[in-house]
Amino acid sequence: MKYVDYYGVLGIERNASQDDVKKAYRKLAHKYHPDVSKAPDAEEKFKEIAEAYATLKDPEKRAAYDTLGQHPQGEDFVPPHQWQEHFHESGADFSDVDMADLLAAFAAAQRAGQREYAQRPLPGQDFEVALPVTLEQIYGGAETDVSLSIPDYDTQGLLHRAPRTYRVRIPKGAADGQRLRLAGKGGAGFNGGKPGDLYLVLKVQPHPLYRVSGGDLYADLPLSPWEAVLGAKVEIPTLGGAVEMTIPPGTTAGRKLRLGKRGLPTAKGTQGDLYAVVRIDVPAAPTESERELFTRLAGASTFNPRARINAGAKQ
Amino acid sequence: MTVQITESVWLNTSDTCSFDHVVEISGLSKDELLDLIQTGAIEPSSRDRDNYVFHTQCIAVARTARRLRDDFELNSQGLALALSLLRRIDELEAELARHRPGGFAGR
Repeated sequence: MKYVDYYGVLGIERNASQDDVKKAYRKLAHKYHPDVSKAPDAEEKFKEIAEAYATLKDPEKRAAYDTLGQHPQGEDFVPPHQWQEHFHESGADFSDVDMADLLAAFAAAQRAGQREYAQRPLPGQDFEVALPVTLEQIYGGAETDVSLSIPDYDTQGLLHRAPRTYRVRIPKGAADGQRLRLAGKGGAGFNGGKPGDLYLVLKVQPHPLYRVSGGDLYADLPLSPWEAVLGAKVEIPTLGGAVEMTIPPGTTAGRKLRLGKRGLPTAKGTQGDLYAVVRIDVPAAPTESERELFTRLAGASTFNPRARINAGAKQ
Repeated sequence: MTVQITESVWLNTSDTCSFDHVVEISGLSKDELLDLIQTGAIEPSSRDRDNYVFHTQCIAVARTARRLRDDFELNSQGLALALSLLRRIDELEAELARHRPGGFAGR
């Protein structure tokens, strides 16, 4: 078992008052709560913080934790003799047990001794797990397998990580952040309590071509200066295959060209649009003849793109 | 590896569920859910007071509310405010994502 330094996690001294424990928890929760923070490691961080707080806020659990002694964070250790007695039938293998689970089992064992708790059904824990999906999967609908590990109790009430794989159907037009609820597939309940639920949270992976806005897709479309001036027919990749798009003459940078119903399907059965946002690129290293042609153009053209700014400056 | 095929429900804006169902799954009390409806933090798809109907998506919002309530010890006013601010941040971030550079240029 890996030792977790709960005092270190909350950034407090071992002799901190209960009030200080609470203050430290609140400060960190504001920063790392996964519903509030967008930091990539927020979920993991908050789990540690909540775990530390769950133990240290309860004077009995805190006292029990203190008897484990002080070890460096992450050090492998075997719980002392009196702890193992609580789980004497489970053998000596504590290697894959989380410390939080051990403390929870310890608290449950203590409560079991008190009559009012003995028969009270306790529901199992809910779990939320990210389910990464691609735009292609949302576009066409897809079936995918999700592998995860859920804590599961052995006969001694100790939690071990149990690997499970679920086959999941992603419906056409599912949206980022949408959740799939697998009822009763979370943590096991106690004393006849209902098992928790498992939630898979859809996370649309960034796409190299498209940005998503509801059902609409946006993509930058680079044009050459002459394509922008003269107009052109260009091939545009869409999720449903390549299509030809007509660029009208005189297309300026930033203009959005709409390809109707080439976006994502929505749950309501409609289809979003694809917007090509024009960008004008120039050759980084023009050839001799390109340079010559541009030079001739510069000499011949009366076009002044800054006419309005210059007029404004003179006023 | 055993693949388990299990019944599952998408929390979206096309399927619906009842008031009691949201209460049961979210862990909020009936009064707390009523409070959230009143402040507009959760919007039922049918506003018939005696027979509220919710998009299953509301379950996700109600569960977020439950977590915020528990983890920050928020009262109903604080909860409604936090939820509406979180929704605005989500909308703004979606808007930002739309302007992120990239596209056919393949950067």
